[in-house]
Amino acid sequence: MSNKVFNIIVPVISVILGLIAGAIIMLLSGHNPISGYAALWNGAFGDSYTIGETVRRITPLMLTGLAIAFAFRTGLFNIGAEGQVIVGWLAAVCVGLYIDAPMYIHLPLAIIAGALAGALWAFVPGILKAKLGVHEVIVTIMMNYIALYSVNEIIRTVLTDGETTSATIAPTASLASEWLQSITFYSRIHYGFLIALFAAVLMWFIIDRTSIGYELKSVGFNPHASKYAGMNVNRNIVLSLVISGSFAGLAGVMEGLGTYGNISVMGGFTNLGFDGIAVALLGANNPLGVVLAAILFGTLKEGAGEMPTSAGVPTELVDIIIALIILFVASGYIIRWAILRFKKEEK
Amino acid sequence: MEYVVEMLNIRKEFPGIVANDNITVQLKKGEIHALLGENGAGKSTLMNVLFGLYQPEKGEIRVNGKAVKITDPNVANDLGIGMVHQHFMLVEPFTVTQNIVLGKEPTNKFGKIDIARARKEIQELSDRYGLKVDPDAKISDISVGMQQRVEILKTLYRGADVLIFDEPTAVLTPQEITELMEIMRSLTKEGKSIILITHKLKEILETCHRCTVIRKGKGIGTVDVAETDANELASLMVGREVSFKTEKTKATPKQSILEINNLYVRDSRKVDLVKGLDLNVRAGEIVGIAGVDGNGQTELIEAITGLRKVREGKVMLNSKDITNHSPRKVTEAGVGHIPQDRHKHGLVLDYSIGENIVLQTYYKKPYSKAKVLNYKEIFQKAEKLIKEYDVRTPSVHTKARALSGGNQQKAIIGREVDRSPDLLIAVQPTRGLDVGAIEFIHKKLIEERDKGKAVLLVSFELDEIMNVSDRIAVMFDGKIVASRTPEETNEQELGLLMAGSKTEKAGDKE
Ligand SMILES: Nc1ncnc2c1ncn2[C@@H]1O[C@H](COP(=O)(O)OP(=O)(O)OP(=O)(O)O)[C@@H](O)[C@H]1O
Ligand SMILES: [Mg+2]
Repeated sequence: MSNKVFNIIVPVISVILGLIAGAIIMLLSGHNPISGYAALWNGAFGDSYTIGETVRRITPLMLTGLAIAFAFRTGLFNIGAEGQVIVGWLAAVCVGLYIDAPMYIHLPLAIIAGALAGALWAFVPGILKAKLGVHEVIVTIMMNYIALYSVNEIIRTVLTDGETTSATIAPTASLASEWLQSITFYSRIHYGFLIALFAAVLMWFIIDRTSIGYELKSVGFNPHASKYAGMNVNRNIVLSLVISGSFAGLAGVMEGLGTYGNISVMGGFTNLGFDGIAVALLGANNPLGVVLAAILFGTLKEGAGEMPTSAGVPTELVDIIIALIILFVASGYIIRWAILRFKKEEK
Repeated sequence: MEYVVEMLNIRKEFPGIVANDNITVQLKKGEIHALLGENGAGKSTLMNVLFGLYQPEKGEIRVNGKAVKITDPNVANDLGIGMVHQHFMLVEPFTVTQNIVLGKEPTNKFGKIDIARARKEIQELSDRYGLKVDPDAKISDISVGMQQRVEILKTLYRGADVLIFDEPTAVLTPQEITELMEIMRSLTKEGKSIILITHKLKEILETCHRCTVIRKGKGIGTVDVAETDANELASLMVGREVSFKTEKTKATPKQSILEINNLYVRDSRKVDLVKGLDLNVRAGEIVGIAGVDGNGQTELIEAITGLRKVREGKVMLNSKDITNHSPRKVTEAGVGHIPQDRHKHGLVLDYSIGENIVLQTYYKKPYSKAKVLNYKEIFQKAEKLIKEYDVRTPSVHTKARALSGGNQQKAIIGREVDRSPDLLIAVQPTRGLDVGAIEFIHKKLIEERDKGKAVLLVSFELDEIMNVSDRIAVMFDGKIVASRTPEETNEQELGLLMAGSKTEKAGDKE
């Protein structure tokens, strides 16, 4: 069996195992797993409103998943997606608030501002790694905290006068869609999912089809051979993180211009960036895989909201299921080994 | 006579290829048994089966007459089988002692690792077999030869009675090779048995008792070394006559291509290793650099190719200054480079062979247009090259990692020679290649010369230098100390010059 087949089988089996384990946990804690999962399903796809909400929950996860997958494919670990989301969110909202322009200028400008902010936030760890050899994991983690606390301070002192939520952006910068909302009972669905899907195609194209992706992957695999081949290793490290950061920045844009239309002081991280790591892992760092994984996790998280009310199952159960799925994927080599064993016995 | 290890009718398949097809090897106690075969014949695969890294599809393995199943390397260790891999598996920041005991640490009664005891045991082992190592040295600080002795000690420390060596001499200098052969002899005197993979017939003839030949995955047979010679071995393995003397006409050098003046280059510890070197290579000639490893050859080549900074001096290519230009610029100016370390510099192992073939040209037409890759062109080019250079691989889509060592090397050589650069730098180009492939590569280098290109060959093997070069530049202590034609010198004189002693010829430098 080839590697490709394994890359599909392992996540699928992991998801099934995760759901089975979730059912067992529900049983053990005295809940009915069937009504638990029925509630989950209704919470995600029960009516047009929940479907709309599920889509808007999936959208930023897709983008952070892509951000992390992109960096992974080029040998880098961008734990800083979280911070890049936050600064992207802020930048998009600022453009949405303070610039006055017709929609065809205003909206693209706000989107680009968010992507650029994320890119800039990732540029710092990139340049530090390239020039001084500081590990990107350490710097990106620290950049997360810098983002969180400075953005909160900016909201309090610059965007508002000591308040916790900014004003709402101009309609010319909004991704919200009257029409989409009207067919989903006024859920918060917005056009952002188109951007997310486009980003997935873009990542596939850059990584697998262009000489830029060829260089980025090469540097990730073997920097010595890449240098020998005439590639600029440092430039590629920075470029990889910058592209990754702009995907994460776009995830912030989804929240700022789509879901909320404003930005609020955050008590803690949005977790979009950290969940993106799980999405990338389940999606095997492949753009299509990331899209599917984001759909799964987004659905689970959205559907979980319904479980306490209609089945009495706490929402935390979904976190456990997601954690288990990740655990199974991470131990994918055990599944791989088991399958190989099984095939041997058959012979 | 009983056999310590028997591998009977072993078959091992990989996707698209049968690497071992019904091979039988029987190892007697106390013998050094050679395994000979072309690149990709299946030698490493067979030994990986014995060491438990691969499971055979068919066949039986017996150890001391008993049939066994070696499911992983731990089982092999328990059966007394140890392996010294071609690419060492050592932890660089650890000391020699720490590396040797890793995974089998002796502990005192409180469960704490007893390094003092380990150190003593290692000292005893190394004294007994004449393996000179410094137990406290860090791996990153010791020579390749000593790293190899650490690998040997690792297997002995684990109680190995059967030692497998996969191309141990490919990375060693001639001096280190002599030492290693001595060590192997003393191991067999102590009752150990050895399987040795090597492409160097001389080593087989000098140290081995018997030799099993493999051709394209099939066992051809086992011969007594005392009753054979190099010619017979070579034709057994390749299936045709092989000539050991390279045929070539006299060189007709023309204008100078590479000119180096008063070059100074530092190593990573900021010590000058190239110290005022002058060198000149003309179109239509092959200049061979002879020298003992560590006299600045690596630094010189890295400085020419832009991988290392030049501290002082000038490098001119086609009368244009390329001093301290980036590797990309140097390549585009017309330099090809077959690097010394194929895994570090030569290949991206996780890329397919096709992708590796365009490592320096991927951004150019026809492989890329407006930054979009044209994989059809890339793989077509690769198909052509692997045919021309006889790179044995199931397909151009196979990862470079899955190719045998020699076939990886042939792919690199194909890539570099095919660009037909004005200056081709070949560092140890035939390392790890079988005699047939060596003959082919030497022909290719000479063809380039005859096309009017300049070739700079660096090799630690005097045979190769004497055979292929039109002019030999002897490098010692960071300088070219003498220049000879192969006709006017011999291995003795070169040996002396390489060691730094002077012979009387006008124009020699000190
Ligand atoms: N892990 C692998 N996956 C797929 N094919 C492999 C793998 N390892 C080896 N092969 C193939 O099996 C064949 C035998 O390879 P092997 O490494 O045993 O050759 P070898 O005799 O050691 O050659 P060399 O002298 O060049 O080292 C080659 O064609 C190689 O491409
Ligand atoms: Mg081999």
